[in-house]
Amino acid sequence: MINTIGIVLIGIGIFFDLFGTLGLIRFPDLYNRLQASTKCVTFGTGSILFGVFLISGFSATGIKALFTIVFIVLTAPVSAHALAKSAHEADIKLWDKSVCDKLKEDEIKE
Amino acid sequence: MKKRLMWIFGAVGLLVVLYLILFYPFQILIYENLQFIPLLKRVVFILLLSALFCLFRIMRGPTALDRIVAVDILGILIVGLCAVLAISTGRGWYIDIGIAWALQSFIGTIALSKYMEGRDFDD
Repeated sequence: MINTIGIVLIGIGIFFDLFGTLGLIRFPDLYNRLQASTKCVTFGTGSILFGVFLISGFSATGIKALFTIVFIVLTAPVSAHALAKSAHEADIKLWDKSVCDKLKEDEIKE
Repeated sequence: MKKRLMWIFGAVGLLVVLYLILFYPFQILIYENLQFIPLLKRVVFILLLSALFCLFRIMRGPTALDRIVAVDILGILIVGLCAVLAISTGRGWYIDIGIAWALQSFIGTIALSKYMEGRDFDD
């Protein structure tokens, strides 16, 4: 029973990874690509690791999988935020149909 | 009209590739007959397909930051690949490679983004 739940979680995670990287190809802009692929791939990898933990139980592999989940959930948003900030500082242009740019408005106001 | 045709072509191509990965009896690998291995070992090739998408974005990103984004996503993806390999082959040390890869990918992405921003590493 618990093996089945783990394999279903691994399948969900793999399809989230696939569609996240499909967004990495298809989207028109750096910021769109960043927000699509970072969220999808982080959730997908977390789901895969939780499935591995459910299958292997409280052995060495399972505990390491839990620690890797905590590490990835802590570090992936930090690196994505640093990348977006540095792209905005390096004057990468937004897409033509983007609606608003709050950070640039704040810099103009100050 | 042409755009919709491209969408249909891409979706059908993706479904055909997924079908071939999951159910086609390949005879490519020499040391192991892939027709008889369970589905969990074939699922690794879907992760390799998405890693191929990341390599495509690394090949033709317009700027350097696009390539850095693709490398970051590839690093998180490889951790999942190592976890699936640890289950499907029964060798538990694959997940150690995953932990080390996640650490290296995080530090490398932070360093590259600070460098592209034009600052030193110590502020």
